[in-house]
Amino acid sequence: MHKLKTFSMGGIHPPDNKLSKDRPIEKLALPSKVYILISQHIGAPAKVVVKANDKVKVGQVIAEKQGFVSANIHSSVSGTVVKIDNVMDASGYKRQAVVIDVEGDDWVDGIDLSSELKHEISASADQIKERIANAGIVGLGGATFPSHVKLAIPKGKKAEFLIINGVECEPYLTADHRLMLEKADEIIVGIRILMRALGVEKAFIGIENNKPDAIDRLSSSATSYRGIEVCPLKVKYPQGGEKQLIKALVDREVPPPPGLPIDVGCVVFNVGTVFAVYEAVQKNKPLVERVVTVTGKSLKAPGNFLTRIGTPVSMLINAAGGMPEDTGKIISGGPMMGKALSSQDVPVSKGTSGVLLMKEQESKRKHVGPCIKCAKCVFACPLGLEPYLLAKLSMRGLFDKAKEQGVVNCLECGCCSFVCPANRPLLDYIRLGKTTVMRMMRQKKS
Amino acid sequence: MSKQFLKVSLSPHIFTDESVPGIMRHVIIALMPAFVMGLYVFGIGALKVTVVAVASAVFFEYLIQKFLMKIEPTISDCSAALTGLLLAFNLPSNMPWWIVVIGSFVSIGIGKMSFGGLGNNPFNPALVGRVFLLISFPVQMTTWPKPLTDRLSLDGITSATPLAIVKEGFKNGESFSSLYTQIPSYWDMFIGKMGGCIGEVSALALLIGFVYLLKKKIITWHIPVSMIGAVAVSSTILWLVVPDKCANPLFHLLTGGVFLGAIFMATDYVTSPMSKKGMLIFGALIGILVVLIRVFGAYPEGVSFSILIMNAFVPLINRACKPRKFGEVR
Repeated sequence: MHKLKTFSMGGIHPPDNKLSKDRPIEKLALPSKVYILISQHIGAPAKVVVKANDKVKVGQVIAEKQGFVSANIHSSVSGTVVKIDNVMDASGYKRQAVVIDVEGDDWVDGIDLSSELKHEISASADQIKERIANAGIVGLGGATFPSHVKLAIPKGKKAEFLIINGVECEPYLTADHRLMLEKADEIIVGIRILMRALGVEKAFIGIENNKPDAIDRLSSSATSYRGIEVCPLKVKYPQGGEKQLIKALVDREVPPPPGLPIDVGCVVFNVGTVFAVYEAVQKNKPLVERVVTVTGKSLKAPGNFLTRIGTPVSMLINAAGGMPEDTGKIISGGPMMGKALSSQDVPVSKGTSGVLLMKEQESKRKHVGPCIKCAKCVFACPLGLEPYLLAKLSMRGLFDKAKEQGVVNCLECGCCSFVCPANRPLLDYIRLGKTTVMRMMRQKKS
Repeated sequence: MSKQFLKVSLSPHIFTDESVPGIMRHVIIALMPAFVMGLYVFGIGALKVTVVAVASAVFFEYLIQKFLMKIEPTISDCSAALTGLLLAFNLPSNMPWWIVVIGSFVSIGIGKMSFGGLGNNPFNPALVGRVFLLISFPVQMTTWPKPLTDRLSLDGITSATPLAIVKEGFKNGESFSSLYTQIPSYWDMFIGKMGGCIGEVSALALLIGFVYLLKKKIITWHIPVSMIGAVAVSSTILWLVVPDKCANPLFHLLTGGVFLGAIFMATDYVTSPMSKKGMLIFGALIGILVVLIRVFGAYPEGVSFSILIMNAFVPLINRACKPRKFGEVR
């Protein structure tokens, strides 16, 4: 029995807490109103093409992508547009959203709503890319990068491997796990679609070893395809980071920014995105819903819910048994990189992988002590940075030095803040350094 | 729906269970086997020196923080207590109590607080105190009680430690084989049945503490192994080249403060390097210096000086041994 593959630098082992891993995906009931944000992706926000009192159907384009690095937004419900309003999102700021009163569940024509597996891929590589672009598909792992842009390989670079991220290294989250168990065959078709679009012959599916059932299920679905290999990986955070995943699977290191996975011949997609690709290319279905894990130690019924985009988080919490009395924090995403929400009225967006309700006592930050130079942050950093130093430089305003020391390389995984025995808010300061240096770099360019 | 206020802070939202007081407590626990051996070999005197050192270290930190720096005292993080304990372990058990108090004052006041408190000192505070006492009170600091004798009294007869006997003997032109009859057997030295400072005599007890620290992930093997390894290698070389000046490597390893220094003093987070490579270089150079001072220097023991000298080089070592950035081609 050979050792499990893993990444060699840094990493931590937070407790798993996969409370909802045995809960099958449940279709969440339709809300009475949805709030569909027009920027749910990296790149330019989409431009709204509907107005108040317009009738819309499920799958109808309500905002069009602006430029290449952008994404279409589709209505996830049928009903009447109420208004275009500013709505609180996960960033803590109010952003533009289309508010729709839900009436019935009418879909636009041409979408195959059956659950029959469509195995044959008839579309060509270009048709695939076009359908993915039209369907508004973005990375569902949380980064929300427009997928059609990722499939457009720049001149001079070549894709060698397709890497599928089934790692789900964040504690508590189980949406991808359930998707791999319940939609394994569809995911394999999605992988074949992406392989055709990229012109690659080899795909690796990375899955952490705490999901043996998903490893088995996907392995059996993939047996007839020699080009698709399922790789169990050692459980270590952040194995799901694309650089760490590429390193573990094919032992290549993506160069520091502006380096990208394509520079080492790899393209990485999350399993949820792959499933959305299957639905878009084979069923002509745009991205209007996604699986969201609702979880927390005090929740009555943690679960995984197939949720329409724009549904308020409060509905998800009610479906999981209601808000516990001792809730201190509502986190969109996982506990390592997720965003604490300021209200439960925030709507689900394409990047919402989970809703985590944290107990009051666990929500408090502990008292900050001086740095004792234990170097635990250095040993935990998966990118070979020195977090104590980056934090100190950013704190002191020495941003040029911070840039020299690689502050923009930071992927904000949170390993450093997690391990610090003095409870120092390392990542807070590193983010300050990162955003300041990037602003300085942008200003210099212009 | 009851109105609830939600906490909003930046990620990450979960944290380790480790804490600074927790780490200090683990180190204190790891020192207990050595303390027990110290009590067994030296008796009441060891208890007195230890209690005085710890109490005065904590007291001075409290005084300085509350009345001089006018900040909230941090004695509950146990770092002052640990400094006091380590200082005591580096002293002979027959030290007058008032000298021990001065030692604690120097360790905490000069060695730690004058630099800004925990995390800011460049030198190991306990060693700063010890070396200050060695230079200011050389007689008391080099007069050790006879081990396993008069343990229930505070006034006992004194005797030279194996290190001192051999150093003196080599100076007088005697060979190691003739000196060997005057020192305990290697096994006795390993267990700790010999003269020396309170916490340094039992390599066995210190090794038990080492295993505990490794298991609790407080320290890694790099500094202790490189320091002990360097002592072994350099003493072997010099023993082969100048056997009239340098005893065999086993003697050097088991006498003096090599194990105490390697496991508990050189590994202090604040004053040691922040990379594995840096730690190996640090440990190795300390080990080489220990042997050089013992063989060619005026003092019979060189561990304290070697560690303090290398403490000064830590910023340079940190600069030279930066970790490789992911994706960087070196």
